[in-house]
Amino acid sequence: MRDTAEFIAPAPLLSVENLKVHFAIRAGVFQRQVGEVKAVDGVSFSIGASETLGLVGESGCGKSTTGLALMGLVRVTDGRIAMKGALDVTSMRNVPRSHRRRMQIIFQDPFSSLNPRQRVRDIIRAPLDVHRIGTMEERQAEVAKLISLVGLRSDQADNFPHQFSGGQRQRIGIARALALKPDIIICDEPVSALDVSVQAQILNLLADLQSELGLSYLFISHDLGVVEHISHQVAVMYLGKIVETGSKKAIFSKPLHPYSELLLRSAPSHDPHHRHQFSAVSDDIPSATRKPSGCAFHTRCPLATDICRQVEPQLETKADGQSVACHHR
Amino acid sequence: MEPALAVSNLNVEILGENGAFPVVSEMSFSVNPGQTICIVGESGCGKSMTALSLLRLLPESARVASGSIKIHGEEFLAMDQRKMEDFRGDKIAMIFQEPLTALNPVLTIGEQISESVRQHRNAGKREAFARAVKCLELVQMPDPERRARQYPHELSGGMRQRAMIALALACEPKIIIADEPTTALDVTVQAQILGLISDLQKRLGMAQILITHDLGVVAETADRVIVMYAGRRVEECSVYELFDNPLHPYTVGLMGAVPHRGEAAASPRRLADIPGTVPALWDLSKGCAFAPRCPGASSRCFEERPPFTEKKPGHFAACWEHDHA
Repeated sequence: MRDTAEFIAPAPLLSVENLKVHFAIRAGVFQRQVGEVKAVDGVSFSIGASETLGLVGESGCGKSTTGLALMGLVRVTDGRIAMKGALDVTSMRNVPRSHRRRMQIIFQDPFSSLNPRQRVRDIIRAPLDVHRIGTMEERQAEVAKLISLVGLRSDQADNFPHQFSGGQRQRIGIARALALKPDIIICDEPVSALDVSVQAQILNLLADLQSELGLSYLFISHDLGVVEHISHQVAVMYLGKIVETGSKKAIFSKPLHPYSELLLRSAPSHDPHHRHQFSAVSDDIPSATRKPSGCAFHTRCPLATDICRQVEPQLETKADGQSVACHHR
Repeated sequence: MEPALAVSNLNVEILGENGAFPVVSEMSFSVNPGQTICIVGESGCGKSMTALSLLRLLPESARVASGSIKIHGEEFLAMDQRKMEDFRGDKIAMIFQEPLTALNPVLTIGEQISESVRQHRNAGKREAFARAVKCLELVQMPDPERRARQYPHELSGGMRQRAMIALALACEPKIIIADEPTTALDVTVQAQILGLISDLQKRLGMAQILITHDLGVVAETADRVIVMYAGRRVEECSVYELFDNPLHPYTVGLMGAVPHRGEAAASPRRLADIPGTVPALWDLSKGCAFAPRCPGASSRCFEERPPFTEKKPGHFAACWEHDHA
């Protein structure tokens, strides 16, 4: 049964191949380039229609940069992004504007990602203005629809962002992202700044919008509970690379990569009867600027051997479409 | 056993433009040596204000209106400046959320720890520095000799938090207050720091008050838990009771709102969200502050504030609904 399902599986909505974002490190009077940070270093994944890919990892792993690169908000060093049914199969250095109509982003911080001098109605209408969609009346009508779609009241349309709470501001950001009727929304830590009770409202809203509008999400988060809740597929990133990817069930019930295991082991349980025995021992955590040789995780890995220090493992597909980059799995 | 810290009927208010309004009301609890009590709640519930008042570190716009804070039986609020400073750091110390802002950027880690040791222990410069290195060893800082000579910005987030814990523990206080000690950290580092705090607590027999918004951290660390909402306690019980039989609708709501690990359902379950938002503290109604968001609120809830009473042995809550017990 599974085999046939895979056989007729449609082409993915979005596929990203070998995406690289490298930043130059400059120093001295002449700002000469003295090094390079490989923030995203050869990342590939695909997302199907109405599907959510959860991208997890810790700070500095390149997950947010990946999202920004897809939107053309940072300069892409190399890679290929393809959207299905599209003109815009792009071998890219700069992402064209037409591509952005189909892909939108919501940001982590609803306080800094909205212009404080604009009224909500203008904030939400901005994408329609930029892309010159419809007449002014049509745009206004569309804004009214979006405001109710995300659960705001119509009488709030003339308010400014500071008059809203964090959760409501995030709703404004979502309405703005929906304005162009995109196929896919990049959610960059959309609930990390919110209190849990409000976080639940936004997660439910995102789930509702997905089933109503058939949206796909690239959901970037460091919170394993949230990722497990909302994702269909999960990719785990470590220092610029995807180290493991697979279905949510596979990643959370039988993680293969030692880093995925460490992440899951470190997440607090919600059951005082079964506490973890956290070890107080510190390990030396590397960063993208001083990336270890071979497998970047070998400095923290209990399985590491000589080959890990020398040869970088590639993603290899195992059972059930789960892929892992590890010499020992 | 005499509690290490006993707080009773603490009221804290903020002096606003339109007069004072309460941010913490009728707060009472006590912590025994070796015990961990967690104060949990969302932003603006008064948990950090409670923590700051325990060290008399409230900002200028706020003040303790009434109440008592007893440290080993001595009234902390009545102490003069000098005695209070002797106590602070020596008997009671704090771990802050953001080590980068709490640590002094122009002093090395070693100097900052020595300062505290010299203040309280009459130690010489050299002796104090040696003690600082010992403290860094205690918090399992790798290469403590070298780290003691470094500045905060030279350390990673996890290392900085270790340095801050070392600073708090320098004089072996009997009471430690930790305000969101792992919120700014990555999950793998959070696990290390939680492990470290619990090791040290066992070894040194400290009483701990841990302020957090994260129910996962509560489940991992607490003995007893106080849930706060809009400046008041709404529930207090053992950590097991809290997770097994939460009574207050707000606690129940919080539990349902958190996506739990291990629910690998095919399609995402809807989270039980709590409608609306936290009320503004200067604009509280006379009834239960949670009533406007409560699924079970009756007219009485909007009229009269429910008292904080014992519903079951050791399990307190402020709710009319559970009053028949």
